[in-house]
Amino acid sequence: MGVNSYLAHAPGYVDNEGPKIVTGRFVHEDSHTLARSLATGGYDGLKRALEQSPTSIHDIVRDATLLGRGGAGFPAGVKWGFCPPGVWPRYLVVNGDESEPGTYKDRLLMQRDPHQLIEGSLIACYALGLSQCFLYVRGEMALAQERIAIALNEAYDAGLVGTNILGTDLSVDIVLHWGAGAYIVGEETALIESLEGNRGMPRLKPPFFPAAIGLYGKPTIVNNVETLANLPWIINNGAAAYKAFGSETSPGTRMFAVSGHVKRPGVYEVEHGTTTFRELLYGDNYCQGIRAGHELKMFIPGGGSAPWFFPEQLDLPLEARPVGAAGSMLGSGAIVVMDETTDAVKACLRVVRFFARESCGKCTPCREGTSWEETILQRIHDGLGRPGDIDMLLDIADNISPGPYPTAADEANGLDAVPFPPKQTTICPLGPSSVAPITSAIRRFRHEFEAKITARELIPVEATGP
Amino acid sequence: MTAPTDADVVPVTVNGVEVEANAGELLIDACERNGVYIPRFCHHPRMKPVGMCRMCLVEVDAGRGASLQPSCMLPCTPGMIVDTESDLTKKAQDGVLEFLLINHPLDCPVCDKGGECPLQDQTMAYGPGESRFVEEKRHYEKPIPISDTVYLDRERCILCDRCTRFASEVAGDPLIHFQDRGSQTQVNTFPDEPFASYFSGNTVQICPVGALTAKPYRFKARPWDLEEVDSTFPNPMGDRVNVQSSRDRVLRIQGVDSDATNWGWLTDRDRFSFEALSHDQRLVTPLVRGDSLGNATDDGDELVATSWAVAVERAASAITASLEAGGAESIGVIGGANLTTEAQYVWAKLAKGVIGTDNVDAQLGDGLPAQVVTALPRNTISDAMAPGSAVVLLVDDPKEQFGTLFLRLRHAAVEGDITIVELSPIASGLGSLVTVGAHARPGDVGAVARAIVDGRTDVEVGGVEPAELQAAAAALAARAVTVIVGRPSVAEQAGPIIDAIAAFTELESVSFLPLLRRGNISGALDMGLTPGMLPGRTTLAEGGEWYRAAWGTVPADSGLDTAGMLEAAVDGSLTTLVLLGADPLADFPDADLASRGLAACRTVIAVDIFASSSVANADVVLPAAGFAEGAGTHTNLEGRLSPLMQKVNPPGTARADWLIAAELAWALRADLGIESPESAWAEIERLAPSHAGATVEQVRAAHDGLVIPRPDDAGADRPAMVSFSAPVPTEIVPVDGYALRLVADRRLYDQGTIVQHCASMAHQSDLARISMHPLDAAALGVRDGDLVRVTSARASIELPARPDRCVPRGRAVIPLNRAGADVRALIDLATVVTDVRVATL
Amino acid sequence: MSRLSPENVTIAEEIIARYPRPKSALIPLLHLAQEQDGHVADDAMTHVAELVGVTPAEVLGTCSFYEMFKRHEVGTYVVNVCTNISCQLLGGEELLHHAETVLGVKAGGTTDDGLFTIEDVECIAACTEAPCLQVNYRYRYHVTNDDFDQLVDDLRAGRATDVPEHGVLATVRQRIAGDRLAGVVPPEVATEAPVWLPDPAEERAR
Repeated sequence: MGVNSYLAHAPGYVDNEGPKIVTGRFVHEDSHTLARSLATGGYDGLKRALEQSPTSIHDIVRDATLLGRGGAGFPAGVKWGFCPPGVWPRYLVVNGDESEPGTYKDRLLMQRDPHQLIEGSLIACYALGLSQCFLYVRGEMALAQERIAIALNEAYDAGLVGTNILGTDLSVDIVLHWGAGAYIVGEETALIESLEGNRGMPRLKPPFFPAAIGLYGKPTIVNNVETLANLPWIINNGAAAYKAFGSETSPGTRMFAVSGHVKRPGVYEVEHGTTTFRELLYGDNYCQGIRAGHELKMFIPGGGSAPWFFPEQLDLPLEARPVGAAGSMLGSGAIVVMDETTDAVKACLRVVRFFARESCGKCTPCREGTSWEETILQRIHDGLGRPGDIDMLLDIADNISPGPYPTAADEANGLDAVPFPPKQTTICPLGPSSVAPITSAIRRFRHEFEAKITARELIPVEATGP
Repeated sequence: MTAPTDADVVPVTVNGVEVEANAGELLIDACERNGVYIPRFCHHPRMKPVGMCRMCLVEVDAGRGASLQPSCMLPCTPGMIVDTESDLTKKAQDGVLEFLLINHPLDCPVCDKGGECPLQDQTMAYGPGESRFVEEKRHYEKPIPISDTVYLDRERCILCDRCTRFASEVAGDPLIHFQDRGSQTQVNTFPDEPFASYFSGNTVQICPVGALTAKPYRFKARPWDLEEVDSTFPNPMGDRVNVQSSRDRVLRIQGVDSDATNWGWLTDRDRFSFEALSHDQRLVTPLVRGDSLGNATDDGDELVATSWAVAVERAASAITASLEAGGAESIGVIGGANLTTEAQYVWAKLAKGVIGTDNVDAQLGDGLPAQVVTALPRNTISDAMAPGSAVVLLVDDPKEQFGTLFLRLRHAAVEGDITIVELSPIASGLGSLVTVGAHARPGDVGAVARAIVDGRTDVEVGGVEPAELQAAAAALAARAVTVIVGRPSVAEQAGPIIDAIAAFTELESVSFLPLLRRGNISGALDMGLTPGMLPGRTTLAEGGEWYRAAWGTVPADSGLDTAGMLEAAVDGSLTTLVLLGADPLADFPDADLASRGLAACRTVIAVDIFASSSVANADVVLPAAGFAEGAGTHTNLEGRLSPLMQKVNPPGTARADWLIAAELAWALRADLGIESPESAWAEIERLAPSHAGATVEQVRAAHDGLVIPRPDDAGADRPAMVSFSAPVPTEIVPVDGYALRLVADRRLYDQGTIVQHCASMAHQSDLARISMHPLDAAALGVRDGDLVRVTSARASIELPARPDRCVPRGRAVIPLNRAGADVRALIDLATVVTDVRVATL
Repeated sequence: MSRLSPENVTIAEEIIARYPRPKSALIPLLHLAQEQDGHVADDAMTHVAELVGVTPAEVLGTCSFYEMFKRHEVGTYVVNVCTNISCQLLGGEELLHHAETVLGVKAGGTTDDGLFTIEDVECIAACTEAPCLQVNYRYRYHVTNDDFDQLVDDLRAGRATDVPEHGVLATVRQRIAGDRLAGVVPPEVATEAPVWLPDPAEERAR
């Protein structure tokens, strides 16, 4: 159990009280080294896995209900089962392209405990017969790349990766690959495109999910870093022990990065499903409340793509289903907290600008629509908005992610929730993600938008002429 | 396409009506087949779906509730319920259209695409009257040339990925690509690396907006001023085209999607060849020898304009004089491979049935004997490339010479389960897509084919290692094999090729696609424009009596081929020579013999559209109609008949080739009995064994043409068609260890008449260079660009060298008909192969 | 500048050999080019195209998609100031403005001495440490205006020893000894189940 404070050698991480499944080694300053890893049970999970049949490992993961940690929250054991039988080779692609605004758990896992990730990856390869693994690290994360390179070099030398791992017939190379700056590559089909050396533009799915047709057209499991980091613990301790934490449908723990206007922002390993937003934002073990003298205005519960929540949603548990039912998502475990000093228009503009800048350009509605949304929001924010801009913005949003979006009248009739997950006229959810802040902000703070538009100062026109 | 069986039918409900889709068919195509058009920009039936423009979103319920789906990426599944007119669908489509328009410039009035623009049409039909987009639009420099013929206007581009997909997926020339990201995405080339693709013009045709425009057509016409007709381009593939004209000038040729042949694609050389049609150097009036005052005199130094009556009479008298002095054998006809099939028949009838000479040859020493070509069992292109089959390539590089066939081969190699074995002496533009490159040394290909067929693959044969021989044998085993055969090099006699054909005929399941130079060569060989043959793939021996009954006379004995005629002219036994669109001075492999032969003839009568070097030395010049200036029928390499349509009038007094023959016959006091292409065709259908049952109505009616011979017994009462008999094998020429064996091949852009009369292509013909393997070059001390002396037993030429990994060891490649050195000087037609020595200067 | 140096070609070939298809090495190779020259030169793209067997246009297509690749010269130190939502809430935009003022260039620009390029970037995954920035992808957290001024001084004086020149990411490369290599798995070749799956039939039955 932790000391409930920041660790100097792991900026941002709060070693709070509670079960530690993936951050257990973070207290050690040298947690990234093979020596520390081996001294603290590193690779025991792999050894234990190798003593069992591959299918029984898959069974354990399925039984543990390990939910994917990348954003969609799909059970990893089920996803693993989508590989078509008899089609070889199969690949593992580790998604370490963490770029969702507000999110940074995978970076810490890669920097602080690369061996845990390597071990988890090998367990997945063993279980599913994945013959080569590509570990895709976000380009901007130089230290994570370096730590993984060192860890892989150590692990290869120690016989833990490569041919005949630990003297068994498991032979898998893990290739460190790194990106070059493109948020969309975090989407799994774009990640595969990028790994094939292409522009990171998502492929349409269905008809084909990567588990069936992925890297080089072959079955490919794409798992998030945190998902794989859970595997050593699960194999060491069993599915039942894992399910002892968290809720029945969301067992185990999860890493959340809480940023913004809280007293103690940080990355926390939190019991999944049972902890509520209120506990996380206000609890002494966690963020300890909104910064002094201020109160909560709104918060983003699951990264920049997620529709916003407000004080009335604080008591929802950190569990996918109720959060989804309330019209948002837990996404990538990023909570951005905004107090009453926050300008809703400006915050909305900033998130929309992100999606406009990160659109890959493939689908027309996203390529053209996100930058148009940004232009209109910028205009409103600069005091140059036009009377019809708000409704036009909603209509453009509707053309990227068809509503219906509740109007003020609907809300009066109790029709409050925005349909979630959003409908989309695009291949991937990036375009629709730009709609989330717009509908969230306008629904709740339409008056702020209107105020900026009506406060517009007209430039006096002086009569000129002969 | 085969008709769908019941198991393949998928019931789908479209707008409340149940329709039948084919299994695996994309929803957008199934709807269109059933009369419901879904708007689209990125979807193209010949390319893989990308689903990126999003215009084709429709509301679909495939069992899990209705949602918007891109119909271009959705295969039909049973019970699918589709609504292409729902509010949700309409809103989505309107939204996409608006997004496409916000940054699209409003320069339709000066845009080539205006009037035939899908974006404009969509906007006019469904778009909002005014724009909600008040901001500044995206700006780029406009337009920029991305190749010699194509301009790119990035402001107009809607990023549908059609051109870029075509470049990488279809042509295999990924030289244009998306660049940058998001709303800044643009299509462009790499700096200073133009979109130098032989197929670049296709991107202009498939661009759904005016982003890509073709230099030869820019600002020439508005779509509503154009008249058009579907026709056939007279190349060996018989590409289907749409010919468009305005004010009696052909201004554009577009590909037409024919499942059997070109799938809508064209090479740039063919697409832009219309420039030559209206070139001011076209022959527009008959010419005869005359003096400098323009008076027609028999031995004048100049060609002077005259009337058809005078010119035809002059030609007829020369023929009559030769007939009287030396008999029919003193008259010869060279050429005719670019005529319509009807005109070829009429000329064959004139030569063989009226004049009585068998000295007729449509090929200029660069083909294969008609007795071989017309005797081989043929295949269709589509069946040759069907999954599970195998193709042997023993031809000129298809990429250079037969572009649309190359695209079909490329598609089959990439997408289909076919194997390709290349026996040609050097690697083709298919590159690594071929299964086995068993590149036979010139002269040895018969032995190589024999080794593969007989499975004697344990020792090296003809420069092909055992491993390659084994791989080739394995690639052909248990597959239906189609041999695509032609003359890969005029520096190698036809003998070894025929030996290879003979070997392959012994395979269990084999057919052929004869791929020879010149547009309607298949028609010419079928129509008997070749020594020893009569129309309908029959010989003088078999068909003589039949045609004598119909025509009145037929030569008794086989006549001379082009080489033989030129030699006969030199020795004085041939005195009158007719050139039917032939230019032996530039085109016959022995330039010296051609020059001496033409000079020795008393009278040369040239029928042509341009005054080529041979025509300029003729005594009588008769101006002919060119492509789209006359109607008729084209025959492609499969034996596929398809209609050639007239779109414009010939320039000046130029006339259709068949009419020139009829006029000449009349002047010779004979009536051919032919008044039109249709009446010529009726006679072909009535007489030719191979054409029985191919009526003019059937040929005109079939979108994909009609393959002969028809699979029925309509011609049972006619003379037997020629059958293949293997000749005595050509002897192998021993390898000279100090020499390189010469390959003389062709490139797309050369000094040919059409290319050189097209402003946008003439300059693309490069200098002649000699290519050899880098190791051979190194052994000779030759570096890239060095000027070298190349010496054969016959002559020496000097030209720059280029090391090229694609050329096998021990061989040297020099293209024909390029500026600079003329490789023909090295070639001796009497030897099986030509060995050359290379020395640095 | 320039094609890859002979040493870098050796590294490039090692990298290419790790992938079933050479084009997969494109992004790592472009990083290698950027590490060599500080940016990705046209000649380097042409060279990379040759190494992986694609056209330069395809290399440019990929290269230009990713914002880390600079196709023109940039400063020795590229300073990426995050202004995304978490940093914006705690002064990221003000920090960027300060940086622009101090260095005298707008975001996207490079100082005349060629030392600094400032960029206004999206979330760099240090949201709890806002406002944050990266210098050549090395983090600085909770950056005040004074911190920024100090950073500039340190970089000018060569005191920021953890910051390499622009283009260098990890300072350690992955290496795989020949005897430890399991081997690349080309999709066309490795069409059998891997040996450690005891009974593929059992799996198939599931």
